[in-house]
Amino acid sequence: MNIKLKIWRQKNAKAKGKFVNYNLDNVSPEMSFLEMLDALNNKLIIEGDEPVAFEHDCREGICGCCSLYINGTPHGPGEKSTTCELHMRSFKDGHTIVIEPWRSRAFPVMKDLIVDRNAFDKIIAAGGFISIDAGSSQDSNAVLVNKEKADEAFISASCIGCGACVAACKNASAMLFVSAKVSQFALLPQGRVEAVERVQSMVAKMDELGFGNCTNTYACEAVCPKGISVTNIARMNREFLAAKIS
Amino acid sequence: MAKLDSKIPKGPLAEKWSKYKSTMKLVNPANKKKLDIILVGSGLSGSAAASTLGELGYNVKVFCFQDTPRRAHSVAAQGGINATKNYKNDGDSDYRLFYDMIKGGDYRAREANVYRAAEVSNATIDQLTAQGVPFAREYGGTLDNRSFGGVQVSRTFYAKGQTGQQCLLGAYSGLSRQIKKGTVTMYSRREMLELVVIDGKARGIITRNLVTGELERHAGHTVILATGGYGTIYYLSTLAVNSNASAAWAAYKKGAFFGNPGFIQIHPSSIPVLNEYQAKLTLMSESLRNDGRIWVPKKKEDKRHANEIPEGERDYYLERRYPAFGNLVPRDVASRAAKERCDAGYGVGDTGLAVNLDFKDAIAKQGKKAIEDKYGNLFEMYEKITGINPYDEPMRIYPSGHYTMGGLWVDYELMTTIPGLFAIGESNFSDHGANRLGASSLMQCAGDGYFVISNTIGNFLSGEIRTPKISTDAPEFEKAEKDVTGKIKKLFAVNGKQTVTSFHKRLGKIMWDYSGMSRNEEGLKKALKFIDELKEEFWKDVKVPGTNNEINQELEKAGRVADYFGLAKLIVIDALNRGESCGAHFREESQTPTGEAKRDDANYSYVSVWEYKGDEQEPQLRKEALNYEFVEVKERDYK
Repeated sequence: MNIKLKIWRQKNAKAKGKFVNYNLDNVSPEMSFLEMLDALNNKLIIEGDEPVAFEHDCREGICGCCSLYINGTPHGPGEKSTTCELHMRSFKDGHTIVIEPWRSRAFPVMKDLIVDRNAFDKIIAAGGFISIDAGSSQDSNAVLVNKEKADEAFISASCIGCGACVAACKNASAMLFVSAKVSQFALLPQGRVEAVERVQSMVAKMDELGFGNCTNTYACEAVCPKGISVTNIARMNREFLAAKIS
Repeated sequence: MAKLDSKIPKGPLAEKWSKYKSTMKLVNPANKKKLDIILVGSGLSGSAAASTLGELGYNVKVFCFQDTPRRAHSVAAQGGINATKNYKNDGDSDYRLFYDMIKGGDYRAREANVYRAAEVSNATIDQLTAQGVPFAREYGGTLDNRSFGGVQVSRTFYAKGQTGQQCLLGAYSGLSRQIKKGTVTMYSRREMLELVVIDGKARGIITRNLVTGELERHAGHTVILATGGYGTIYYLSTLAVNSNASAAWAAYKKGAFFGNPGFIQIHPSSIPVLNEYQAKLTLMSESLRNDGRIWVPKKKEDKRHANEIPEGERDYYLERRYPAFGNLVPRDVASRAAKERCDAGYGVGDTGLAVNLDFKDAIAKQGKKAIEDKYGNLFEMYEKITGINPYDEPMRIYPSGHYTMGGLWVDYELMTTIPGLFAIGESNFSDHGANRLGASSLMQCAGDGYFVISNTIGNFLSGEIRTPKISTDAPEFEKAEKDVTGKIKKLFAVNGKQTVTSFHKRLGKIMWDYSGMSRNEEGLKKALKFIDELKEEFWKDVKVPGTNNEINQELEKAGRVADYFGLAKLIVIDALNRGESCGAHFREESQTPTGEAKRDDANYSYVSVWEYKGDEQEPQLRKEALNYEFVEVKERDYK
């Protein structure tokens, strides 16, 4: 297949970026989307140009590095999939593909398609943990946990921290990300001990870092590669309210 | 010169660790605050160690090349994590897990370390559960277990097919808590490029800031490497594509010995190569072999669609060769059997380098729903990548490079041969002998981090309480930084015509063809020659675009591949030296008349430990003899 690419190029955080057009032949439908970009980079390097910088690592949808806006959608057309799980068979010969980095003030562009998502780490460090030192934990079966609750906690915990939710949101809200972590702990008895402090400090940090609020558009849920549901946001709101009046 | 002293405590196996802990030297809390620890790598072992050392009150600086510690490759482990809780009342114990690991590792691991790994496994599960890791549960609310990796007890704890992700995020949350407390400082987007040794002790590292290109000096009283394995030496592997061995290699060149570099596990089931640009082979969990049957056509180069090949014309070769274990033979046996069939011309798919993993019978017997419940996410993943629905036709799988049992040689305290330099998790050689059993990797990483290093490091640091802060102005830092600058300049200066990736691919092919699942003397000698030639070509014709003072992913890759030439040779030299077959290491010269691996205990019951002698010199071999005091050495038989 022949693919036309329109890619955001930006030298560094301070430089002004622009779209650059590329033409790529011999794209096989078997290629993953990132392998297609590898092929482009191979061509660029051999021709003496600078390759396109993009973040990637596990290439199997679990590390959360992928941060590409493809034809206007975070992670592109695949349903519940990350960019690295997308394959070129989803596109047709002669297609034009527009590739941008996550578009969000909270995630500044560092180079080309790489953005800085450090804000997520700061939110986790504000309270996204259970305070237990190694060595002081009791036997795992000493506290029984309802299976349905545990399964629900697992689904919330399966967030890969890619930031597609923020990138898709018109308010650049991090509510889906934060609420997934709040929910995981809120659903488990181990997490209840610090629930009041946790939700308040994580929400305060999220606000401080400039993420917007939730106005119930649900774009986050639609693009989440792990299918994290907005019911987490509702749960977080409940937890937050309860914390405020407790 | 460094000595090879494994420092195994005396006494009965089950008492060694508690005796060690009761008699090791301690650092009092006031002194801990004055001691600086450098920790490289933020995967499960690194994050677990960082949080625990922070809890103890040390000053910890953690480094990772990713943008955040949560992305380290532990995140991709699928199947589970072992512990000897015996919740299933099926006769499990520390000794049984220890025995399974020793046997599974084909009697090439050190008894005392393996026993300790089993011994701390329960505390690890308790710690992870307390941190909120949502392991699978039974309806009564207790934790669930499954059987994994062909063992007879159910001791594997799991969180669907994402156990590694959940364990890593648990450790990362503990790490984050210490960042908030101020005991841990996190340096992400940093790559360690050199180790600094002062007066014979590891005292710091040189890192490259991957955003600005700046070289930074970091000093500490001790350095811990938690930098993972080197499976990407094959280029295509199940590893994250940025995983590399540069930190371990820098340590090796500075005097840390390397243990069993040639022991690399080839996982039998990953999605085969589909196109020439393929950058990665995705693992399909071992658990699939519980219900899937592996076969190839009985006729050579049979190009019919799998569903059109009648039952009588299918060769279920694992069931044929290993009637007792069938499709559940250990990873190394399954991998070699697949290679044997494909090399003989029976492979399927366009490349002929694949075998069928068929769920037809399981679906007929148990129903589609039951199979979906067990493997739904894996089937989906397979379909996303290949476009083929495995409910309707067999999956195609082929072995790929997966886990490195080899690594930096460490003693019982997990200290390398450089005093003050420790190696934990997959980066050390310690616990898996010649072959790792399923679900014991997460177990070892978490155990090393939470419960082993947090104790053993005190024994070293107790001798450092009078050592003032290490200054980064020391001439050793100066020289280390200069060396790194020189290497980076040299990479840019070549200014040739071929990409870094093209060299990595070619190196990977040499390693896969001659030093992969099956090895022989002639091939290994060829590999040495090919690696030398490729290295020479690399330094004449590699192209590294851009500059040092910016994000430059090609420069990062170039440094890693340059180091891989050296490690590749060391792997081959080790494989050449070991004239026996054991575990994942199969030497064609050492097999039974029926083609099974033949171990040679009389001549090779040792850890091969290699000392760096210079880029152009052969490394020196030392042998750590393996004396089995507590188990009887037997043949592995899966027939």
